Amino acid sequence: MIVMKNVYKKYPNGVVASNGIHVEIEKGEFVYVVGPSGAGKSTFIKMMYREEVPSSGLIYFNNTELTKMHRRDVPYLRRQIGVVFQDFKLLPKLTVYENIAYALEVIEESPSVIRQKVTEVLKLVGLTKKTRMFPNELSGGEQQRVSIARSIVNQPKLVIADEPTGNLDPETSWEIMKIFERINAQGTTIIMATHNKDIVDNQPHRVIQIEGGLITRDENEGEYSNEI
Amino acid sequence: MKSRTVRRHIRESFKSLSRNGWMTFASVSAVTVTLLLIGVFIVIMMNLNQLADNIENDVEIKVVAEPGASQEEVQDLLKEVKETPGVAEVKYSSRKQELERMIQSFGDELALYKQDNPLGDALYVKADDPKNTASIANEIATYTYTFDVEYGEGKVEKLFNVLKIGRNIGLGLILALLFTAMFLISNTIRLTIVARRTEIDIMKLVGATDSFVRIPFMLEGVWLGIFGAILPMTLMTIFYSKLYDFWEGRLQNQLFHLLDPNPFLLQLNFLLLFVAVFIGVWGSFMSVRKFLKS
Repeated sequence: MIVMKNVYKKYPNGVVASNGIHVEIEKGEFVYVVGPSGAGKSTFIKMMYREEVPSSGLIYFNNTELTKMHRRDVPYLRRQIGVVFQDFKLLPKLTVYENIAYALEVIEESPSVIRQKVTEVLKLVGLTKKTRMFPNELSGGEQQRVSIARSIVNQPKLVIADEPTGNLDPETSWEIMKIFERINAQGTTIIMATHNKDIVDNQPHRVIQIEGGLITRDENEGEYSNEI
Repeated sequence: MKSRTVRRHIRESFKSLSRNGWMTFASVSAVTVTLLLIGVFIVIMMNLNQLADNIENDVEIKVVAEPGASQEEVQDLLKEVKETPGVAEVKYSSRKQELERMIQSFGDELALYKQDNPLGDALYVKADDPKNTASIANEIATYTYTFDVEYGEGKVEKLFNVLKIGRNIGLGLILALLFTAMFLISNTIRLTIVARRTEIDIMKLVGATDSFVRIPFMLEGVWLGIFGAILPMTLMTIFYSKLYDFWEGRLQNQLFHLLDPNPFLLQLNFLLLFVAVFIGVWGSFMSVRKFLKS
């Protein structure tokens, strides 16, 4: 599904965030991306949905080469990828329902399809009773569930999560992880950057460790290294 | 674009105006204040321009025929003057009428000259373009039966220069004011859009195309322009109509006429509305473009 070949990324301030990365991620995989802060995890992830463009190298998403993709084609790539952030990125003035429906409105879905799909994902993340509430009336875990619901409402092939449990307590983090597992079980690829050792160790999946812009470890069913 | 999407953009643009209440208020106020300034300034400038036109159009050339010339010779001169290129209008005044005019101006003592009128017949000539007055006067001066040509030589040129400078200054000031308005309004809009950067980021993230992001913001710009223009347009209409009625009605001023509210007010309001909407859309477009690129 995702192939990176010799990807190198240097920011204008001289920081090298990616120093020749090679990786392949198959359809349906669940991948943790671990590593110390500033190691290049976020850049690694951002290049997948073309928020960042590498300085050199090639990135393929389902056989489409991303580095040469025209700006006007980027929205169509993003419609196949759901993104979840540590800080949720919800629109504070929209209700739970509106925040999720928003992702379908921008791709011009019909109101009946929007209603049906939003109701489905609300069930999946367990928020059917809070549809009319605003983000500031929800707990952190609930806000993250809205954010996840928004990322999957369009049935993307890939969900990318950047520290989705970073702002949550352990119990809530486990609930969020259960939702990701459920999504993954339906065949969606999940790539998750995380610092949560507890989750990586107790819910084993492939682990890619990044340090100094390089992949230093890539293990199936790996653990969160103590050295990080 | 689907009609459902168009309706959605319109609905969203209005919703977002009400959601961002204070920012909407700030932008609309900026439009209102600057348009009022522009409106007042245009009223002053256009009327001064009209005054300048009136003064220019009052400039005429007085051609005095040879006092000894016969009636036929004066007719020849009249014909010749009328055929001079650039001449718009010629009025004939006989030597008798000329003397009457002088008696009226300088008193009855001149009545003595009624016995032996020393004056020649006169022609009052207007140029189609007042700026050609000097060249036409010089041309007429060369005709056989021309005795003298007067047109305020030197003074007319100076007057035209002063009017030209005045007009240029006025135009410059209007342009400067328009530029300031564009800067002020687009900056206010930009501030309101900066505050909504997350909104744009999320739209991009979920796969909105650039035009899908841009259109609601530009529509907001249109509404901001229209709402901001309502007060200036209303005030200009009321006050200019009142001023016109007062000036032309009660004062019955002969010296200088204000521009007729119809069509002047229509043109002014149309211009204000156009400027407001243009600046609103342009401000939104430029601000959103910056975030779409980043």
